[in-house]
Amino acid sequence: MPVRPTAAVTARRETFRQLLRSKTLIPGAAIVGFWIFCAILGPTIAPHDPLGQTQPQLVAPSWKYLFGTDQLGRDVLSRVLAGARSIMVVAPAATLLGLVGGTIVGLVTGYFRGLVDDAVSRVIDAVLALPLIVIAVTVLAALGPSTVTLIVVIGIVFTPLVGRTVRAAVLAERSLEYVQAARLRGERAPYVMFVEILPNVMGPIVVEATVRLGYAIFAIAGLTFLGFGVQPPAPDWSLQIYDNYTLLSAGTYWWTVLFPALAIASLVIAVNLIADGIAQVLDR
Amino acid sequence: MSADAAPALQLVDVDVVYRVRGREREVLRGVSLTVGRGEAYGLVGESGCGKSTTALAVVRYLPRNGRVRAGSIEVAGRDVLSLSGAELRRLRAQELSMVYQNPGEALNPSIRVGDQVAEVFRVGGVPRGEAPARAEGALRTVQIAAPASVMRRYPHQLSGGMQQRVVIAMALAKNPALLILDEPTTGLDATVEAEVLDLIQQLQAEFHTSVLFISHNLAVIAKMCERVGVLYAGRLVEEGPVERVLHDPRHPYTVGLLRCIPRGGVRKDHGRLDTIPGFLPSIGEELAGCVFADRCALVQPICRTDEPPLYDVGTAHASRCHFHEIAQELPRATPADLEQPLRIDRTSTPLLRVEDLAKVFHQSGHDVHALGGVSASIWPGETLGLVGESGSGKTTFARALLGLVGPSGGTVELDGRGLAPRLGQRTPEDVRVLQIVFQNPDSALNRRHLVRRILRRALKKLAGLSGSGAEERMHELADSVRLAERHLSVRPNQLSGGLKQRVAIARAFAGSPRLVVCDEPTSALDVSVQAAILNLLVELQADQKVAYLFISHDLGVVRYISDRIAVLYLGRLMELGPADVVFEGPHHPYTEALLSAVPTIDGGGRDRIRLKGEIPSPAALPSGCVFHTRCHRRIGPICEQEEPPLVEATPGQFLRCHIPIEELRRLQAPEPAEAAPAAVV
Repeated sequence: MPVRPTAAVTARRETFRQLLRSKTLIPGAAIVGFWIFCAILGPTIAPHDPLGQTQPQLVAPSWKYLFGTDQLGRDVLSRVLAGARSIMVVAPAATLLGLVGGTIVGLVTGYFRGLVDDAVSRVIDAVLALPLIVIAVTVLAALGPSTVTLIVVIGIVFTPLVGRTVRAAVLAERSLEYVQAARLRGERAPYVMFVEILPNVMGPIVVEATVRLGYAIFAIAGLTFLGFGVQPPAPDWSLQIYDNYTLLSAGTYWWTVLFPALAIASLVIAVNLIADGIAQVLDR
Repeated sequence: MSADAAPALQLVDVDVVYRVRGREREVLRGVSLTVGRGEAYGLVGESGCGKSTTALAVVRYLPRNGRVRAGSIEVAGRDVLSLSGAELRRLRAQELSMVYQNPGEALNPSIRVGDQVAEVFRVGGVPRGEAPARAEGALRTVQIAAPASVMRRYPHQLSGGMQQRVVIAMALAKNPALLILDEPTTGLDATVEAEVLDLIQQLQAEFHTSVLFISHNLAVIAKMCERVGVLYAGRLVEEGPVERVLHDPRHPYTVGLLRCIPRGGVRKDHGRLDTIPGFLPSIGEELAGCVFADRCALVQPICRTDEPPLYDVGTAHASRCHFHEIAQELPRATPADLEQPLRIDRTSTPLLRVEDLAKVFHQSGHDVHALGGVSASIWPGETLGLVGESGSGKTTFARALLGLVGPSGGTVELDGRGLAPRLGQRTPEDVRVLQIVFQNPDSALNRRHLVRRILRRALKKLAGLSGSGAEERMHELADSVRLAERHLSVRPNQLSGGLKQRVAIARAFAGSPRLVVCDEPTSALDVSVQAAILNLLVELQADQKVAYLFISHDLGVVRYISDRIAVLYLGRLMELGPADVVFEGPHHPYTEALLSAVPTIDGGGRDRIRLKGEIPSPAALPSGCVFHTRCHRRIGPICEQEEPPLVEATPGQFLRCHIPIEELRRLQAPEPAEAAPAAVV
């Protein structure tokens, strides 16, 4: 009685191969990989001290200063390389928090339905009715800006968004007979939710994670630019844009803003490329 | 071109390959067949044999990785494989029609039925203005009572049987040279299936349509077709007139297949069903000799080296077996002997007693009476079969007694002691004794868990075992359902359907249950696998004295396994009695109609009774006897005004009908000329 012993292994290998063949995932992963590398080693590989105001001010890009220098005499290239660290910590942390919260909310509402579901769903609707940035700014203004607050606020705002996606997946799973079979051997609700259902909804959660990460980078950059995120003099990208955007009106000092802006854009696009690649392979 | 003289379909030595992971795998191996003008040709075989691939190749609709590597396909004399895109489109628009298994998916959900049918006519060249009128005519042809109103509806507003009629109307709209029917009634209820099959038969006779009829159901093929081809592993192993192939099969595969099917009134105490050992060769496997050699009990060395040619075995009957003369002497794969069935003592307290169990669902302001006061008892070691159309409340009944849904009324007693209505309120002991085996093993097993984990968890929760005790018991359990050690360390999706169902059965038996609900446990499986699973269930019953509540729409299967049978209609018990009595009659008019609807391999000896229309909505139950709207034996106003009581008509047989049993006996008496039931092969 052959069991086709290779079926699952090959299925997993096949998924992996498809991920490798994906035209969007590989470039995305390469760019993200580069920024992770910078986040870890940024200050070490930077040609100059990212915080040191020791260079001549507002030098245009040249061989000595590839990205030029800013108005305080800091090397823009060094600050861009070192600036990866703050966003690469804050965005994943906020996303993770949102994912964990959202997964729990989604499992509970999707599994229990009824009153719990109705109540939580209305709260979610209410949260979703407000623009994300408004909620975040309000909370950050009330609590005072700090990195931890930023992570918590983004995470909480993401919870209902993730929760809704997970709930939809859970609704489909809970109608399958293996859930009834679990109840028929006397399993309690937390076991059914986390041990039986959760592994089967990991696909949508992974896709959601990458999509949310892109949004998180976006939101954090926006909030920092408004002064509610990472505080100066950290070499954060949007902080650099904030510090220097007034110079743009002079028309000549474009390099102080362009390079950090490109850095943000490249990271957001790269994360979205990964999200597309994963979604395509998993949604088959 | 003498197109009219050419056969409707001619396949010559067709090889179809699918390219999977860089390798071409052979799915059809040199298939040759001819469907003559006006002929109905049946193609049978188990899943994975290449039936649907044949159909897709004919309409050139193979998936992207598939192609016809060799051979020729001609439809009405035109070579399909050499057509250009435009010619192919014209062929599909004018000469070829296809009806699929799932009519709900074949119709566009966002376009009104009338517009969809009219479109077929417009594509066929009928002027825009005339098309709707022609569409209405087409719907009338397929016996839709109010075509004008149906045309304004969307597909989801029609029942499955109605949808399939619409699809058939569209398929026949252009009077095609060839109509391909791919399992057209597989998803439908027996009563609806009977109507649709009658319709196809009638239309085929009327329009002289040539039909390629694909089905896994031999009985349906026997009813519908003149000739039949048996596919196995992509090769046509036997072909001939239906009568000859089914009653005088000359290939061991056909012989084995026919033996797997419980029919002709066989019961579990008559002996085990025969099975076909082993598995279908995997797709694209290189096979030097006969494709069936690995599973054939008559295998000789020559079978493994020499591909048998298509031997002529007389009267247009051909078999691809070196030993076709002795094919019918195929030894049994499973010995027929069986431990003596349990003596069921119905004087003792029943294991489970259900009293007036009712369930009303509240759905968008309506009360849906899914179950209206059903009473029944099950004794230890007994199988109670539960039959009825979908919507009759079978599954609700099972779920209510298991406590998965809280009943709206009635009681469930275990050993004469009341059970809490909901699962959450029952003691672990009460949860343990009532278990279930679901219809679809794919969704009944958690696809992310290893088989080992599934069984270990069941043992922990239901038998309180852990550690080495659980390990030991798990192996016993796996042995008892014939799962090998290597099946334990894989995930369910790596197992075949039959093996998955064995895992599900092992899980249900982990805590030595006393009653197991079997909810269509074999309907997702091929017949050879079904036979093995039924044997296993019977064996476990003899061994452990477990009782079954066996739900199935396959009456042959129900008859084989059941001691008593309950017939449900619209949530009411219409008949309850010993299996033989329910089948042999006199029976309730509804039971009579159900039995009459099912085609049999041996040919129908019964009067053909066709229920009119669909099962009424349980949200608006008919007055009086709920069956009066469709009853062919209605006797008068009393049926519409008064609900008949359930009375014991003969010892052990309960009926809910105003007609006295003697009268039913007279009405249902067989025609004197009826022949004795055909012998079982």
